[in-house]
Amino acid sequence: MLEIQNLHVRLEAEDKPILKGVDLNVAAGTVHAIMGPNGSGKSTLSYVLAGRDGYEVTDGTATLDGADLLAMEPEERAAAGLFLAFQYPVEIPGVGNMTFLRTAVNAQRKARGQEEMSAGEFLKVVRDRAGKLRIDADMLKRAVNVGFSGGEKKRNEILQMAMLEPKMCILDETDSGLDVDAMRLVSDGVNALRDAGRAFLVITHYQRLLDHIRPDVVHIMADGRIVKSGGPDLALEVERNGYADILAEAL
Amino acid sequence: MPVPQAKLDALAARIAGLDLARGGWAGAARAEALARLGAMGLPAKRDEYWRYTDPAALIAPQAPHAATFAAADEPPVFDGIERLRIVFVDGVFDPALSDDLRLAGVEIELLSRAGQTDIHWAREVYGVLEARGQAPVQRPLAALNTAFADEGVLIRATGRAARPVALIYLHRSETSDAILHHCIKVEAGAELTVLESGPAAARFNKVMEVDVAAGGRFHHIRAQGRDHGRRAATHLFARLGAESLLKSFTLTANGVLTRNEVVIELLGDDGVAHIAGAAVGDGAFHHDDTVFITHAGLRCESRQVFKKVLMNGAVGVFQGKILVKPGAQKTDGYQISQSLLLDGDSQFLAKPELEIHADDVKCSHGSTSGAIDEVALFYLRARGVPEAAAKSLLVMAFLAETITEIGDEAIAADIRLRLQNWLERHGR
Ligand SMILES: Nc1ncnc2c1ncn2[C@@H]1O[C@H](COP(=O)(O)OP(=O)(O)O)[C@@H](O)[C@H]1O
Ligand SMILES: [Mg+2]
Repeated sequence: MLEIQNLHVRLEAEDKPILKGVDLNVAAGTVHAIMGPNGSGKSTLSYVLAGRDGYEVTDGTATLDGADLLAMEPEERAAAGLFLAFQYPVEIPGVGNMTFLRTAVNAQRKARGQEEMSAGEFLKVVRDRAGKLRIDADMLKRAVNVGFSGGEKKRNEILQMAMLEPKMCILDETDSGLDVDAMRLVSDGVNALRDAGRAFLVITHYQRLLDHIRPDVVHIMADGRIVKSGGPDLALEVERNGYADILAEAL
Repeated sequence: MPVPQAKLDALAARIAGLDLARGGWAGAARAEALARLGAMGLPAKRDEYWRYTDPAALIAPQAPHAATFAAADEPPVFDGIERLRIVFVDGVFDPALSDDLRLAGVEIELLSRAGQTDIHWAREVYGVLEARGQAPVQRPLAALNTAFADEGVLIRATGRAARPVALIYLHRSETSDAILHHCIKVEAGAELTVLESGPAAARFNKVMEVDVAAGGRFHHIRAQGRDHGRRAATHLFARLGAESLLKSFTLTANGVLTRNEVVIELLGDDGVAHIAGAAVGDGAFHHDDTVFITHAGLRCESRQVFKKVLMNGAVGVFQGKILVKPGAQKTDGYQISQSLLLDGDSQFLAKPELEIHADDVKCSHGSTSGAIDEVALFYLRARGVPEAAAKSLLVMAFLAETITEIGDEAIAADIRLRLQNWLERHGR
């Protein structure tokens, strides 16, 4: 589904290379995890895939079901089925959470040539999915992420994912700052979406999340490259011994 | 200090072709206004409150040309609102287009007819609030209006007005130079909503004087018309009694030059005055809000909320002052003026002022100028919202605090729609 080859990315502002040849292949129906030290380029990879400004791709390709992601506008990538749960969800004062969700859902439907969801149907679906994530009516009414706690923001990301039903879901440290209960809510939200036509790329530092969301493949990223890939055991090894041995071995 | 000769010359040239209507109570008020005007002359670029806005086009003997404009792409604003319509075409009352002026809870008379029918309440308002508003800042265009206006409406609310009164200003002549003067009295405990819409003329000089008695409530919502070429200088003078309320909201979209002055006196205790403005301009657009709010009563609350969205060289000006008089304890004054600059060419000039002569008051003011939040924009786009729609959403969020000041949800929804349509037409 998601194919990344030899991706090289430079920060425009600082003329600084961040990604130095990333290769990654995520098949439909699978869950891949990326772990790696802070600053290794995990968020950069997710932003570049989502289409954020400020990065220059100097080499390599990234495709979603064969379509060239890097040539698309961010909204086109979203309509094509790509979703990024942000490491730092953005506050948008003055825009109601409900308005935001409805605008996003209908924009994507329109881009795909589908009919807009009626207000009634939308409300029903939102209430149901928000309820499962313990997002109450008040949080839906408030401005997007404004005054939300860290955990509320992350649950709100998962609600957006549940409403948009993307096929390629990237979760950037969605578990950071979550307590045990919130972690379970988020994991249940993700697991409910798992199916043969959908894939996940889960960026995390902790085995804890991977206990709930069982990955098929685990990658270790360091200094802008995937330096090691393996099965779920690789995450356990990181949990036990940290990154030092793996990085030494990779060098 | 003697009046500079240039100001007097400008005045002489400006009024050379105007007739002073004589006779009756209004005749006396006009003569007094002319005397006030003669002692001031017309505004000049060097005046303290005209530094950011060049008055030349507003004081020129002839109105500069302004093409008329018929918006076929949306119905006229407030069209869906049940209201009593009073229509002026290039500043001239049009009885055929207007509704019958009878309305439960309200007395309405035209200024042009008021000379014959001695309307006592209007004598205490016409030119009176304008004259009070001439100190400490001179407003010569308002005095000129009082002296030479021969049309307008006199509205007295004695109860709860059954419907809003809508003043509709049509613009049909490219050279029209309209002067209208309205007086409004909201009696004790009465409630009235006045809507204003339309460009009015190539050049428009309008004064509205509003006297709100104890416990009265006055709501004012206006949309200034989409003509690009129009110019306007408007004044709202208001005097508020105890426990009264005044809320005024203005939408300005387009117009090459607009100067909206608001002068409010909170005289009674526990009065509330909220003044809000949302202005959107693209290109040749100069929009000036000049506001002066005086707190004289105890525990009064005032809010000034002004937001401007500017692009392609548009200019926004805000000059807002809160004056708290000695003894006006427990005053709650709030003032915010902000601009959203959608490109590097546009400009926002702000002069917020506080003058406080009481010790137990709460006053705050803030002024900011900024660009679209790029991070929020990316977040919206990453969720599938196209760039233009995402920008429009962010702009509407920026303006939301002004629209909140409109009490009536149907009217607020209409204003919101106008703004959304404008943003869509202008590629945001
Ligand atoms: N906007 C930015 N400005 C400056 N440096 C940045 C920016 N974004 C990323 N970087 C740098 O790029 C590297 C990778 O960062 P990031 O992708 O956030 O790593 P990770 O998510 O793996 O912790 C770091 O050295 C970080 O400092
Ligand atoms: Mg990161």
